[in-house]
Amino acid sequence: MKIPLIYNLRSVMQRPASTAMTAVSIGLVVGVFVAMLALATGFRAALAKTGSPDNVIVLRQGANDELSSGITRETARIIASFPHIAAGDDGLPLVSPEIYVLLNPDRKTGGIGNVVARGVNDRAFGVRKGVRIVAGRKFNSGASEVIIGRRIAERFVNMDVGDSLEFGGRRWAVVGHFASDGSGFESEVWGENEQFMPVFRGQVYQSVIFRLAPGATLDEVKRVMETDPRIQVSVRDEQDFYTSQSGILSTTLRIMAVFISGIMSIGAIFGAVNTMYAAVSSRSPEIAVMLTLGFKPRSVLASFLTEAAVIALIGGVLGCLFALPINGLATSTTNWQSFSEVGFAFRVTPALLLYGLMFSVVMGLVGGFFPAWRAARQPVVQALRA
Amino acid sequence: MTRGRLVWANLMRHKWRTLLTTASVAVAMFLFATLRSFGTTLDALSQWGSANRMVVRHATAIVFPLQMSYAQRLAAVEGVAGVSWANWFGGWYQDPKVFFANFAVDGPSFLALYPEIVVPEEQKQEWLRDRASAVVGVDLMEKYGWRVGQNVVLNGTIFPGEWQFTIRATYTSATRAFDERSFMFHYAYLDERTNHQAQPGWFYLRIANGDDAPRIAATVDGMFKNSNSPTKTMTEQAFQASWMGMFGNVRTLMNAIGLAVVFAILLVTGNAMMMSARERTREVGTLKAIGFGDRTVGLIELAEAGAVVLTGTLLGVGGATLLWKNIRVAAIEQFIPGFQVATNTIWISAAIALTLTLVSGLVPALRASRMSVVTALRTVE
Repeated sequence: MKIPLIYNLRSVMQRPASTAMTAVSIGLVVGVFVAMLALATGFRAALAKTGSPDNVIVLRQGANDELSSGITRETARIIASFPHIAAGDDGLPLVSPEIYVLLNPDRKTGGIGNVVARGVNDRAFGVRKGVRIVAGRKFNSGASEVIIGRRIAERFVNMDVGDSLEFGGRRWAVVGHFASDGSGFESEVWGENEQFMPVFRGQVYQSVIFRLAPGATLDEVKRVMETDPRIQVSVRDEQDFYTSQSGILSTTLRIMAVFISGIMSIGAIFGAVNTMYAAVSSRSPEIAVMLTLGFKPRSVLASFLTEAAVIALIGGVLGCLFALPINGLATSTTNWQSFSEVGFAFRVTPALLLYGLMFSVVMGLVGGFFPAWRAARQPVVQALRA
Repeated sequence: MTRGRLVWANLMRHKWRTLLTTASVAVAMFLFATLRSFGTTLDALSQWGSANRMVVRHATAIVFPLQMSYAQRLAAVEGVAGVSWANWFGGWYQDPKVFFANFAVDGPSFLALYPEIVVPEEQKQEWLRDRASAVVGVDLMEKYGWRVGQNVVLNGTIFPGEWQFTIRATYTSATRAFDERSFMFHYAYLDERTNHQAQPGWFYLRIANGDDAPRIAATVDGMFKNSNSPTKTMTEQAFQASWMGMFGNVRTLMNAIGLAVVFAILLVTGNAMMMSARERTREVGTLKAIGFGDRTVGLIELAEAGAVVLTGTLLGVGGATLLWKNIRVAAIEQFIPGFQVATNTIWISAAIALTLTLVSGLVPALRASRMSVVTALRTVE
């Protein structure tokens, strides 16, 4: 099947205004599509990165999240004594019993947020590999001091280094900001667990996190700990645990992306239909000549479909260009599953751009089909007479 | 009349194109109105709340409980006419992933504080009589196909175990801002089953005079400042508004998308109008030759754009308004109860329609009115 490609490519340039308008409108649809998926991807990535596959999180039996979990000191001590826990450079086990509560600090823009306050011990910085101080210093053991994740530091009041926060009936000096490779920890307030414990919920931790020893497997740890009669716990892979907490919201965002851009695409497809109909009707003598020259109707069909696809693809590329600048843009939302604030950045990945381009071509093909069909089917004699 | 018929004839020349363009304007305006409604509904929700009600919560965060003994001290504050308390239960029914609001309230005082929550008198008595019973919003009843008198089992997350309740009453809400999807049961029952370990999550106050709110807030917070559970007291409206910040940048996001939609549709309509005008260039010459003025010819083009855009806008915005007024989508209602198109969205849509008409119709109109008869007639399409 021969397709007069050059002819179509040149025809695209024949009506620059009309082509540009259609391409830009398709581009806007693709831009919105990619941007919304980038939002979902960024959110999911932040939570997936919150955990490490080498780490294990232990919660109370039956607890689905840290907020509703509770681990007694006794249980935490028993967990720390298991041989499946990796040792740090100092030979001591890498295990961090943690306090997890939600604070309601005031936003700079008004209103309140639900921010996680996590009480950790000094080992936590060994267990969570990516955590590093970007401003100020770590909190000191025994002091009323906290460090703030960098994603929330600029969103809430009194969170700069040197400020002080008031919660739990005490005043806490903000001594540092920390980063952790864009993970959900960057949306948390960290302090010492022994300081948080008495002011919040009494003598109980919410979770115990530890690093798996080389050679130990999650399945084995799960079996050993969950069947140990001394403790009632459920054991999960840390990364799995946090990824599962992103499920509902990232699915909602994806559905919205498809829904909104689906509706928008109807308009853009109409645009493509209009443009292509006009192209076909103004070029009917040319089409007739092509048919007379011996091009098969399906070649003509294919050639006009190609033309539509090329216009749409130009739009797709434009759309990707519209969407690219938002890559890395910081935003935040409430994760309804854990009821806490999560700051994250839009992530435009190559896969998303590819989806965007594919989407644009589909719009072009759908919009171009009927006009192309008409072009291929038109009676030669009538067209030549026109 | 003649001019009107000319416009009509032009529109009918390519029925499909007119239809498609109108439809795409309609779809775009529907989307615009819907997206904008996220922001406006959130605004409306944060305005909700009676001036005569206040909420007392823990100063650190709502997840921390207060003390039951506060009730009497709150009632003694001057200007406080009624006190009620509640606690979040956070249970799930059948599927732990499906969320609906369920909490324990002190029945008599809660209903007295909330005249907006309407329970049929007979059911109300039944509910108040039965300790292990619940009052459920009509929406939620419908969702699960529950009947009054039925037993349902909630699985507690904060208070573990299986909790069986008998549904004794249903309620409707007189204000759209308070949803009809909540499940409420007796605080006394929660207290009893937890060995009297229950603590109120928050208190509701009714105040005699709305102007007293700042003074009462200061008095209450001062009273408990140095206790184990310091409080934060605010008007119901401020309490409601404070949650809206949790939606983060939803509003900005939705408005940005709405803008992109409007701009995309501008291009589509503009394109269609230009095409339609270009095809008629020779007719413009004919019209002018038989005596139509420049202005009239231009206006005919503009009227064509106006007809398409206005019809589309009417369909789109009207459709969105009617749809969201009559249909409640569970996925939206769960986060944003009372989702509907605000009046000012309708006005803004009208302004957009006008702009759309001018921008898409002006180029063809000017071109037609300025073109000389000879040039027009000579044009070969």
